[in-house]
This record gives sequence, structure tokens and C-alpha cells, in this order.
Amino acid sequence: MPKTIVQEFTKGLWQELPPFRLVLGLCPVLGVTTSMENGLGMGIATTFVLVGSNLLISMLRSVIPQKVRIACFIIIIAAFVTIVELLMQAYTYPLYLKLGVFIPLIVVNCIVLGRAEAFAYKNKISSSMADGLGIGIGFTMSLGALGAVRELLGHGSVTVWGDFSYNLLSAFPSFQPFSFMVQAPGAFICLGLMLCLINAIGD
Amino acid sequence: MNDMVKMVVVLTVLSSVAGGVLAAVNKGTASQIEAQQLKFVKGPAINAILDGASNDPIKDRIQIADGAVERSFFVGKFDGKANTIAFEEFGKGFGGDIGVMVGVNIDSDKLVGAAVTVHTETPGLGAKAKDDPSLVSQFKGLPVTDSLTVTKDGGQINAISGATITSRAVCVAVTKAMNTYQKMKPQIQEEIQKVGK
Repeated sequence: MPKTIVQEFTKGLWQELPPFRLVLGLCPVLGVTTSMENGLGMGIATTFVLVGSNLLISMLRSVIPQKVRIACFIIIIAAFVTIVELLMQAYTYPLYLKLGVFIPLIVVNCIVLGRAEAFAYKNKISSSMADGLGIGIGFTMSLGALGAVRELLGHGSVTVWGDFSYNLLSAFPSFQPFSFMVQAPGAFICLGLMLCLINAIGD
Repeated sequence: MNDMVKMVVVLTVLSSVAGGVLAAVNKGTASQIEAQQLKFVKGPAINAILDGASNDPIKDRIQIADGAVERSFFVGKFDGKANTIAFEEFGKGFGGDIGVMVGVNIDSDKLVGAAVTVHTETPGLGAKAKDDPSLVSQFKGLPVTDSLTVTKDGGQINAISGATITSRAVCVAVTKAMNTYQKMKPQIQEEIQKVGK
């Protein structure tokens, strides 16, 4: 039974939640989630690339020859990533400095290529857009959540673009931040625990 | 055969269009990116080098044509005298160009400092050139010469361990800056008078 546009969109939010349900694209998930802000920024950049590349690939799916489809996908994805990189440099420079090399690495993020290959190349434009947007938002939420947990435990407080902040220390004065959580091994442990939680909740 | 032609055509057209779009975006964002870099990267580097200057070096910059390119020199005033300049040069690092802001005292012909501005080096190795002052602090106080190299190449600069290529690139940038300074000193001295007033 073909899915509706709404279903294509919502599947990315839970059933096919990229890092937790599909366990895909873990490089940025582990690398940039040292703070909620970084996680959200990375997620938004990836969402832009996903929606753009899904749209274009779906539009061109009758033109792109089967044998060189991967090369075509990579050209389209790389173009969008470079656009994002330039735009971030122009308007959100401090965030660009923090995310650094992970922005160009969106090109090889298997979520983006995976959606292009598995979905956009086979489906019509509207559902491809919905799919890209859903997966992108799911990815952003996951990165934001992971970043929030790590920042909260590692620093004792969460701040997002100066507008929103929460200080755990004011609620629990005896809490000691453990910087282990914002280091690389903490990312693996935190991801493992969140995978465990998500699996426990199930469908 | 037909299939082959189609593949070539599609790939060619797609690459050309992507290249064109990127060139346009690059052009469109260039001035904005430069303003951002000046604010977030070059600004702190300039202020670190010209620490204690009585003026705002970013505002008091002079533009001098060097061949076809226009160079910016940031002027720092010390003891009421505009005698120190900072400007940027580039060296080829491990992951691309490394920008180094170099400060020179015009009266004594000595380097007053250096700081890495933009880079795409490996975090934890080459990226230390920016955050760890051990490399760039070695340039402070050295007289302007024709070249500076790392100890491995017979020079006097101690490279960051595990990041020889990055350290070399920083030395290349400083060397280029010294050469530019020596070449353009008359123009700089002429222009700097205007700031001094």
C-alpha cells in the first residue's frame, strides 16, 4: 500500500529515526554533539542538504542513467553541501568554526546518499521532499537530544544560541559535572544508552 | 553506445551546472564571508598581536596595491606613534591554506607577533597551531630576515610534534610576510603617515 505524504514525513520522526532506529550517519552524531547548539546546527545543515538533494534527484530521476547514478548523486549532494558551507560562513560564522570539518563531511553522510538511492531516485517529487524533511527533522532532533544530554551532564548546563538556557546546578546543587560526557568515549556511551532507551520504548 | 553518450552528457551537464551555481553562490557570499572573518577570526588575531595599541587597528587599516591585489595592513599605534603593522599571509598546510597574521614593527624591523587565522588542519594535530601558542610565540621579537624554517629543515623554529607540515606552512606564511614587508616597506611608511595624524 503506498504511503501518504504525511506518512512519508512522519516515518522519519520515529520509525526510521536516522541515528537511533536506522543507526546511520553516526560520524556527525558522535563528533559534533558536544553541545545541544552544535547538534542542532549540524542537524539543520543536514536537513537543508537532504531536502535539496532529494528534490533535485527526484526531479532528475528519469534523466539520470542507472549506471552513473551514484556519481550524479554525489555531484548534487556535494553542490548542496558547498552551498550550506558558504552560507554558514557568511551568516553563522561562529557555528561554522565549531562544526569545522563535519560540514564538508555531510557529502559522505550515508543518510543523505541513502535517501537519494533508496527513496528519491524511485519516488515522485512531493513524497521525496516529505521524506527528506522528515528524516532531516528526525536527525536534527536526535542530534539535539544527544547534544543536550551530553552538555547537561558534562557541563551542568545547556545553552542554545543564548536564548534558551537551563542550569542543572541550580536544581541540584550537589551535582558534579563530569567532563567525560563531552569527550569522545562519552559520545559512544551516551549513544548506546539512548539506543537502549529507544529500543525499550519500541514501536 | 547510446547509453554511453547519455551518461557522458548527463554527467557533463550536471557538473557544469553545479559548478556554475557554486561559483555564483561563492561570489554572492564572498563579501559577507570576509566581513565575518574580519570580525571573528582576523579581529582577535590582530588584537592579540597589536595588544596595547591605543587605536582600533581594524578601523585604521590601510590598503596598498601590490601588483594586481589590494593588501590590507592593520596599523597599531604605540606611545602615540603609528609604527606597527599587522597583515595576513598564507602557507599551504596539510588540509589547505593556513592564514597567518604577522605583526611587524617598522622602526625596529622586528616581528612583534604572529597568529593563525583561518585553517583546515586536523583537530588535535595541525589545529594546535591556532590554539597552542608554543609555535607562533617563537616568532615574537625575531628580526625580519629572508626566511624562517623549522629546525628539521635547518631553521630555528621548533615544529609542533606530529604537525611538521602545518608548522612548515606557518613558517612559509611568515617568510612570505617578511618578503612582502621588505618589498613594500617604502609604500607602507608613506601610507602609515596618514594614520599617524
